[in-house]
Parts: sequence; structure tokens; C-alpha cells
Amino acid sequence: MNVLSLARFQFAMTTIFHFFFVPFTIGTIFVVAIMESMYVHTGNPNYRKMTKFWGNVFLLTFAVGVVTGLIQEFQFGMNWSDYSRFMGDIFGAPLAFEALLSFFIESTFIGLWLFTWDRVKKGLHLFFAWMIVFGTLTSALWILTANSFMQHPVGFSIRGGRAVMVDFGALLSNRQLLYEYTHVIFGALLTGATILTGLAAFQLLKKRSISDVNKKIYHKTIRLGLVLMLIFSSCEFVAGDFQMRYLVHEQPMKFAAAEGVTTTTGEKAPWTVVGYVDPKTHDIKGNIDIPDVLSILSYHKTTGAVTGMKEVNKQLEKRYGTKIDNHKMDYYVPANTLFWSFRVMCGFAALLFLVSIVGLIMTRKGKESLYSHRWCLWVLAILTFSPFIVNTAGWLITELGRYPWTVYGLFTIAQSVSPSVSATSLLISNIVYFSLFTILAIVMIALTVRFLRNDPEEWEKAGDEKRATDPFAKGAF
Amino acid sequence: MSASVLQILWFILLAVLFSGFFFLDGFDFGVGMAVKTLAYNDAERTQIVRTIGPVWDGNEVWLITAGGAMFASFPYWYATLFSGYYIILLIILVGLIIRGVSFEFRSKSSAAHRHIWDNIMAIGSFLVPFFFGIMFISMIKGMPIDANGNIYGHFFDYINWFSVVGGVALTLLCYLHGLNYITLKTKGVISDRAQNYAHALYWVLYVGEVIFALLLFFQTDFLKVHPILTLICLALIVGFSVAAHVSTFKNKQGIALTFSGLTLISLVALIFCGLFPRVMISSISSKYDLMIQSASSSNYTLVVMTIATVILVPCVLAYTIWAYWIFRKRIAMPKIGEVK
Ligand code: HDD
Ligand code: HEM
Ligand code: HEM
Repeated sequence: MNVLSLARFQFAMTTIFHFFFVPFTIGTIFVVAIMESMYVHTGNPNYRKMTKFWGNVFLLTFAVGVVTGLIQEFQFGMNWSDYSRFMGDIFGAPLAFEALLSFFIESTFIGLWLFTWDRVKKGLHLFFAWMIVFGTLTSALWILTANSFMQHPVGFSIRGGRAVMVDFGALLSNRQLLYEYTHVIFGALLTGATILTGLAAFQLLKKRSISDVNKKIYHKTIRLGLVLMLIFSSCEFVAGDFQMRYLVHEQPMKFAAAEGVTTTTGEKAPWTVVGYVDPKTHDIKGNIDIPDVLSILSYHKTTGAVTGMKEVNKQLEKRYGTKIDNHKMDYYVPANTLFWSFRVMCGFAALLFLVSIVGLIMTRKGKESLYSHRWCLWVLAILTFSPFIVNTAGWLITELGRYPWTVYGLFTIAQSVSPSVSATSLLISNIVYFSLFTILAIVMIALTVRFLRNDPEEWEKAGDEKRATDPFAKGAF
Repeated sequence: MSASVLQILWFILLAVLFSGFFFLDGFDFGVGMAVKTLAYNDAERTQIVRTIGPVWDGNEVWLITAGGAMFASFPYWYATLFSGYYIILLIILVGLIIRGVSFEFRSKSSAAHRHIWDNIMAIGSFLVPFFFGIMFISMIKGMPIDANGNIYGHFFDYINWFSVVGGVALTLLCYLHGLNYITLKTKGVISDRAQNYAHALYWVLYVGEVIFALLLFFQTDFLKVHPILTLICLALIVGFSVAAHVSTFKNKQGIALTFSGLTLISLVALIFCGLFPRVMISSISSKYDLMIQSASSSNYTLVVMTIATVILVPCVLAYTIWAYWIFRKRIAMPKIGEVK
């Protein structure tokens, strides 16, 4: 194993792990803030119990999200020092803004939100919740600004062997950013809605006896979750479509691989549903095609040819050369991973969309049949895990589709890695991170399951008793 | 070519960010270590942890900001430092990670498992300041940096007498800072005990400071390069320690905390003053030192960063202070049998 593959493995492992929690965080706090808004608006104490209960699930994911984020920030310098030298002028600024604008807000307001129930006015407490939402949404904006630049560099010039920023506005108005940010955020909100719906379904399945109040709260959570799932999955279709059509021009190799197009199609491009791309010959095998559909997907017209991978490779070889820094180059990407990730992502998007429609019909006022069918609840419960798969699939397309570049067209992965770090050090850190992540995941799941033994009603009461001795109670000091 | 005003400003701002980190997260580390060393039982441990419950994450963001700002304003420094201190930073990260999750995991665990997270919190809170001390102190001694700005060091470049003394001193400073914080933020026996610990431990700190000053004199070029500034910073470190110590005797708890924080800030000031106008010192040849003017970002980036900082930092300070004000009251000991 060489330094490069170890560093790449580490990057994939740590970001995928970080991104298990990030959309979970962004999504759940958004849904929780909506719940609290409903409480403040209606004054119904059930909403308040609901907010507090799900808010506690949010805290667990936030904690793990934060500590895995630390690794992200450090690893650019640790594993990718030549990349940091090349890109620091551009990459560092969004990262610093993310900390200054978003992380300070998130961390401070989470502290305030968590420890000031009943200590401050309801409206102010709600404001804390929405400030956390603001923090998570802007945090994603800054980091995706950096990522979008890597997908599609703008507003820079190359000076003294490094990329320097010449137009900050261009970085922020990058079209890649517009699409990527919308897509990631809707995905994250969908993630939060799906998870809370699923967990509520789990609660209903698991409990033998359940009080009326708790039942009501879980039903409300499911209903709210399904509404949000419908909204966000619809938005996600539109956002995904925009992103896909943008890729046709900007990163044709990524697009061709995601759609399994190996040789350039005719004017009426067929859409491949399943297939396998031979990594050596770059030919597709065992494919099932539907005529014309790819043209419609790519151009929203019934005609339009799509360039195949072999052709794109030739074009890219002409543009960027077959040698960079004495490395022989070709521009093929891991086509099967992209192809199948894309199908997984779209498949689940469609599934979540359908489930939310059927679910809403089955939970409509007066005709709530969903809750009495255990298998319906099981469907929702099992879908809790789907967003993690979908999000990961999306990033695999984005990041592996950029191969062999770290900064598209400017800087390759091979040039990015730290020259002074030894394979041993990298191996050690990989093992350390892997073990830590395994433990964190297990503990986090165990504690979530443990927490879910509670129910919102009893949980709040326990909280009230605790408050008799909490830091703010009069008798306490 | 000499360093521009903006470059020097960002060098200073980095010092400010690291100062903020050590002032604020410094007592978090101290409190984390105190969980195992100061408290006798579960209720006391819970009482101690609660003093930082709402604020520790915000304090840690100072470090994230400092890292991000270093990446943005001095990418060459960031690249050399972070890749050169690979294993040390790995340990620091592990410390930060296990400490970071232990707050939430502790409060969600069963009573039987809580002690595991208490141990983890204490270990994490020890690892971070200790290895930061090792990193910064071996850095000012000089590291084998080659012409391309890469460090190929071996074990004794990182771990030597000087850096270990630095690590111990920084850990002790954080611990004392944490004790002062606990004294201020709790009531009852735990507050008195923290104060008593601090009384005794300051004597140990003085010994450490003297050894550190001697080693600084022999192992670095600080006294040759900036004799006056270095002596001022050293005097401040000792002066603030004594002031903090005296304040604990006089039971001026808030003032003691301020002075122990200022001691940490003076240490950061010592490091940054001694480095100037370099950011990293090469032990191979002074030709290979990383300098402020050559390690920094372009002027344009620095301007963008300065504008953002001027707008955002006052806001951050305002709501941070507001949050501390909301949480200003002392924490009492929880009743027996209480959850959390
Ligand atoms: C719950 C999450 C989720 C769902 C339901 C979808 N996606 Fe997605 N997708 C993501 C979550 C995501 C993501 C993880 O957020 C990615 C990774 C990077 C990005 O921009 O978004 C992504 C990337 C991504 C990319 C690669 C973008 C690039 O490299 O520039 C494309 C083309 C699509 N998506 C298209 C779609 C389409 C057509 C969907 C629906 C039919 C869809 N996605 C549903
Ligand atoms: C927005 C922030 C992100 C940035 C700046 C970023 C940047 C990078 C960089 C520098 C690499 C290493 C070079 C390479 O191998 O291509 C990489 C690879 C990768 N990243 Fe990202 N990434 C981001 C987000 C993510 C997320 C959230 C995920 C996953 C959930 C992810 C998954 C991957 C994968 C799978 C690779 C490929 C590793 C390999 O080459 O084998 N990335 N990314
Ligand atoms: C590879 C690049 C990335 C870096 C360097 C990075 C850095 C960090 C850091 C340091 C934290 C901890 C903040 C704290 O202590 O409060 C964090 C958390 C967070 N990150 Fe990332 N991150 C990366 C990728 C991403 C991506 C791709 C997104 C979203 C699209 C994202 C969104 C968030 C959010 C919302 C949080 C706070 C909530 C949570 O921790 O779950 N990050 N990140």
C-alpha cells in the first residue's frame, strides 16, 4: 500500500463518516425547530414534549458530527499538504468563515437552547432553535463553496505555482455551488424528516403499552415527517435534474459514467437501466436500455446525442495531455461505482417520494389506517437507514467522478498528497480512525436505542424533577 | 521584500485566536482533568461537568477558527506544521474526539457506565494540552525543515527535555485555570477543595516556570533575536501566576481566573513574539525558515479575510459574552439519585 492510496482511503472513510451525521444534524434540527414553532404558535404542550424528545436525539448526532468534523479540518494539512499549499489561498477562506460565522453560532446557541427551557421567554427560546438551523445551513454553504471550487474552479489565477483568489464574488456565484448547495440541503432536510418519521414508527412498533399522549405525539411526528418528506423529495428531483444537466457540459466524464454511456450515442440516446462496464475495455455489458429516455433526461428534448466515455477520454487527453508530472494519465473514472451509486440514489429518491404520498393518504384526518398496519410502520422504520446510503452514494458520484483531479483541470490527486508523511504514519492513523469510528458508531447507536426506551411524556416529567436541582433553580444556590 | 501590514496583522490575529482558545478551552481541559482528580463521587463529578456543559463546544470553536484562519492566511505554515507533526496531531485529535463525545455520552449512559466516560473525559482533557505543549515548544526550538518546507523529523526532534517540560507546564497551567474556574462556578465543598488544590499546585508551577525559562534560554534563539520582548513575556508569565496565586489566597475568585487565563495568553505571546518575523524555524539552515511574507496568502485573500473578521468577530464576542452572562450562576451539587 502506498501513501497515496492510504491517504485516499482515509479521506473517503472520514468524510463519509462525517457525512453520516451532518445531514442528520441539519435535517433533524430543522424539523425540531418546526416542532417548536408549532408549540409556540399553538401553545399545545404536546408539541413541546415532542420538541424536547427529538431534540435529544439531535444532540447525540451533533456530538459525533462535531468531533468527526475536526478530523476533516486537520487532515488537509496532515495528508494533503501539497494540496494545501496549492489551494490554501482559496480553500482556507471559506473554512475560516465557516468557523467564524457558523460554528460559533451553532455551538453557542445549542448550549443556550439546551439549558434554558423555561428560563427565558418562549419566543426567545424558539429564536435559539432557529439560530442553530441558521448555523447548520450556512456551515454547509461555506464548505460547499470550497468543494464547488474543486469541482469547477472560478475566480482564480495561477501565480507562482499556486491558485490565488482574484474574485471572491465569483466563488460565491459559482453555478456549481448553486446546484450543489440546493441539492445537498434538500437531501439533508429529507434525511432529517425520514429519520424522525422512521424512529417514531419504531417507537410505535416496539412499545407494548403506550399512553394516549405518547401515541398522539408519535402520530403527529409521522404525519409531519411525511409532509416534509413529500416536499423535500420533490424538491430533490428538481435539484438533481438541474445538477445532472449541468454535468453534461461541465464534467462529461462523470455524466457518461453515471449513465453508463461508453460510446457516443446517436441523436436519440437510449437510457441504460442496468448494466456493467468492463473496467479494461470500457465496454458496457448485459445492459437493458429504454430508447430515447436519456436524451430527454439530459436535454429535456427528444433528440440529443450524449458523448461516450471513450470519446470524452480522447478529448480530455487532448486538452490536458497524457502525462502530468511524469505520471501517465488517462481520464476514466470508476464507472461501475458511479453508475450504481446513481441508480441507488435515484431509486431511493423515488421510493421515499412514493412512500410519503401513500403514507399521507393513509394518515389523512379521520381515516388513519396506517398506524393499525404493523407492516406499514415497518416500512417507515426500515427507511430510517436509507438516507445514509443515499447521501453516501451521491458523494461517491461527485468525488469519484472528479478523478483524477482534486481541483478539476488544475491539480491532480497524485500531486496533492503530503510528501513528508510516511506510509506507516498513514497506516497508523487509518487504523486509529477506523477503530474510533467503529466504537463511536456502536456507542452512538446503543445510546440512541437506550434513549428511545423513554417516551416523550415521561421524559419531560423526569426533566421537570431534575430541574428542581438544576443550575438555575432557586433552591440550588 | 519584507512583510506587509496585512501579513503582520494576520500573524497577530492568529496569536489572538490561539489565545482565545487557550483562555477558554484551557479551563475546559482543566475541568475535564479535575473530573477524575478533584471529585470524590458521582454527584461531585456531575457538578463539575455541568460548569462547562453549555460552553465547552463554543470554546473549542476557537481552535477550529485558528486552524481555518491559519490555512487561509498562512497556507504554507499550515501545510508544514500539520504534515510535519503528524503523529502528535493525531494524538491531539484523538484527545479532542474522545473528550468531545464524552459530555453527551456520559449524560445518556446508565449510572454503571458513566465512570467509563468520566475516565475518557479526563484522559482526553490531559492529552490535548500536553501534546499541544510538546508541539509548540519543539516548534520554537526549530525543526528539520528542508528547502521545500517539509519536515523529516525523528523521535527526538519532537520529544526532548524542553518539549516535555513545555507539555507539562501547559497541562499544569490548564489544570490550574480549570481549578480557578471550578472555584468560581461551584458552591460547597468542591469549590473550597479546588481552591486548596490551587494553593498548593502554584508552588509546583513556579518550579516548572523556572526550568522552562532556563531551557528557553539555552535551547532557543529567542533571547538573541528579541531579548526585550522575550524577557517581558517571561516576566508576565511569572507575574500573572503570582497574581493568580495571591488572588486565590484572598478568595478573589474571578480575578484569579482572569490571571490564570492571562498566564496562558502570555505564553502564546512569548511563542509568537519569539518567532517573529518567522513562522517556523528550520534547524537545518536559517535559509529554510518559513517567513511571514513568503508563507502567507495573497493580498486579496487577506483583504477578504480581514473584512469578514472585522464584521464577524465583534458579533461572536457579543453573543459569547451574552451566553456566559446567562449561565453566570454557580452550580450546586446535584441531589443523590438524580439522573444525569
Ligand atoms: C437524500 C439525499 C439525496 C437524494 C434523494 C438524491 N440525491 Fe443526488 N446527491 C446527494 C443526495 C441526494 C448528495 C449527497 O447531497 C450529493 C453529493 C454532492 C452533492 O452535490 O449532492 C448528490 C450528488 C448528486 C449528483 C452529482 C453532482 C456532481 O457531481 O456535481 C447528481 C448528478 C445527483 N446527485 C442527482 C440526483 C438525482 C437526479 C436525484 C433524484 C432523482 C437525486 N440526486 C436524489
Ligand atoms: C465539501 C467538502 C468536501 C471536500 C472539500 C472534499 C474534498 C476531497 C478531497 C481533497 C479528496 C481527496 C482527493 C481524491 O481522492 O479525490 C476527496 C475524495 C473523496 N471524497 Fe470528498 N470532499 C468533500 C466532501 C465529501 C463528502 C461529504 C463525502 C462523502 C460522504 C466525500 C467522499 C469522498 C470520497 C469517496 C473520495 C474519494 C476517495 C478516493 O479517491 O478514493 N467527500 N474529497
Ligand atoms: C471536507 C470538508 C469538511 C470540513 C473540513 C469540515 C469541518 C467541520 C468541523 C471542524 C466541524 C465541527 C464544528 C464544531 O465544533 O461545531 C464540522 C461540523 C459540521 N459540518 Fe463539516 N466539514 C466538512 C464537510 C462537510 C460537508 C460536506 C458539510 C455539509 C454539506 C458539512 C457540514 C457540517 C455541519 C452542518 C456541521 C455541524 C453539525 C454537525 O456536527 O453535525 N461539513 N465540520
